[in-house]
Amino acid sequence: MKAINLWKIVMTIIMFCVSILFLLPFVWMLSTSLKIEADVFRFPIEWIPKRWNGLSNYKEVWFGDYPFYLYYWNSIKVAVLTTALSVTVSALAAYGFSKIRFPAGKWLFFIVLATYMVPPQASLVPQFILYRQIGLFDSHAGLILLMSFSVLGTFMLRQFFMGVHDDYIDAAKIDGAGHWRIFWSVAMPIVRPAVATYAILRFIWTWNDYQNPLIFLRSDELYTIQLAMQKFTTINGEFYSLIMAAAVSAILPLLIVFLFGQKHVIEGISLGGVKG
Amino acid sequence: MMELDTKIASRQRWFSFKRKQRTSKLQKKETIAGFLFVFPMLAGVSVLTLFPIVATFVLSFTKWNFIAGFEELEWIGFDNLRNLLGDNVFRKSLLNNSIFMFTVPICMAVSLFLAIIINKKVYMKDYFKVAFFMPYISSVVAIAVVWQVLFHPSAGPVNETLRAFGIENPPLWIADPQFALISLMIIHIWISIGFNMIIYIAGLQAIPKDLYEAADIDGANGWMKFRKITFPMLSPTSFFLLVTGIIATFKVFDLVAVLTKGGPLHSTSMIVWYLYETAFVNLNIGYASSMALVLFFFVLLITVLQWIGQKKWVNY
Repeated sequence: MKAINLWKIVMTIIMFCVSILFLLPFVWMLSTSLKIEADVFRFPIEWIPKRWNGLSNYKEVWFGDYPFYLYYWNSIKVAVLTTALSVTVSALAAYGFSKIRFPAGKWLFFIVLATYMVPPQASLVPQFILYRQIGLFDSHAGLILLMSFSVLGTFMLRQFFMGVHDDYIDAAKIDGAGHWRIFWSVAMPIVRPAVATYAILRFIWTWNDYQNPLIFLRSDELYTIQLAMQKFTTINGEFYSLIMAAAVSAILPLLIVFLFGQKHVIEGISLGGVKG
Repeated sequence: MMELDTKIASRQRWFSFKRKQRTSKLQKKETIAGFLFVFPMLAGVSVLTLFPIVATFVLSFTKWNFIAGFEELEWIGFDNLRNLLGDNVFRKSLLNNSIFMFTVPICMAVSLFLAIIINKKVYMKDYFKVAFFMPYISSVVAIAVVWQVLFHPSAGPVNETLRAFGIENPPLWIADPQFALISLMIIHIWISIGFNMIIYIAGLQAIPKDLYEAADIDGANGWMKFRKITFPMLSPTSFFLLVTGIIATFKVFDLVAVLTKGGPLHSTSMIVWYLYETAFVNLNIGYASSMALVLFFFVLLITVLQWIGQKKWVNY
């Protein structure tokens, strides 16, 4: 028994070294963001900065020529609204596809599911033209709409709605409740954990999305954090300490969301086996 | 007596008629409710996916710069597809996509190995899950920028470390046409391992323990148990990761866009990047649509092939 435990400790230490490989770039990013530019490439690497310049780096990123507070606000707005809309649309559809018996339902679900096979880039060009025609191009509303109809979310929530026992629903029906009441007061409370998981994932995916904002936004003042990050890097080319401060700023909110919802995220991903 | 029978029978008919009428009325209500619930999703998917994919198909037979307006649209039949076949950049992009696919099995193998160790053989499981998952959570743009600096040819920490270990001329990584694609592949694997590992851990936990106990009684060693129990029992998980992983490599865009823009010398150009460049930089809508069509069929083909192939090695 003792030997096995010793083995386990050794394995833990080895794995810890491997895990460093995954964390080191983040540590480097953080430590570089606190340095003065001249010390960035000093070798051997100074993990703890000798000369601190963090305050002025972050000030430049947040309130300089490309003020991150503005892009933060844009990103938060887009991510929160997209998440809310996407969860609503997906939950409604998921309930309709799983708990309402109507003949067309099966076929409609099949059609929706089949569109998942279409790579998003294959429909990008017509989407772009459509958006320019109907005036949704270069607006947050357009961007939010674009990302709010998730087949994946519908599929995932449908799995959970199917787990809601029909007895609850029949009982509510006998009490005279319509589907809207049943959806809201019976089914939703039961699947709430799944909805929370999907909401967290959707938030993360939206926050990290680069391709859609790149194509569907043009004005600087509408940029999301990812676009701003890219723009900032292009402008500040060689100022790596500033770029790292921007990178830390772009990743931080996600890390907070992830650490708080860690259990939800990991469980959700293991359960649904989902991918953005 | 006869009269009573017919009376009862007609009564029953009447009742069943009434019941049917009631159920059909109920069914009608159900159907309306069903349509109302799924309508938003259906409308969104129709406008934003179904209609565009049909439009892509149509546009791929045209030559069109959308700034010029619809009047300038020119029908050129199969010319776009013919040009694609002779287009060196497109062929290079296809080749790069094919090479990039190798990240999937490599990533799966590493993830499975890590998952087996983390699942049973270490303390602080939760710490490891979070640590390996960090790159997947973080934004690709930020990660790409960090790696860009880490891979800096002359002064970057990666090459400084390599030099410290006595390697005189370390590769220039993303600045070197020979290493650029490999650099992107390394970053892609680094990002994806966390996701694959979490799924594998979930898969491992679903394997019934008595299988291993029975194998222990039969005196099987660790490798035998892996080959005869773990690997076959995980085959649905592996299949899932293979399909989604390969399809995901076709969608790689952020890394290329931020790190290399397809260069140097088109060494990292991939279909999606070339499509983006053609449509939104060179504004050649028709040609880009034909690429989108090829992309669509490739993804479809791979999905279908894998569904056929899975019967051979996946145990459900």
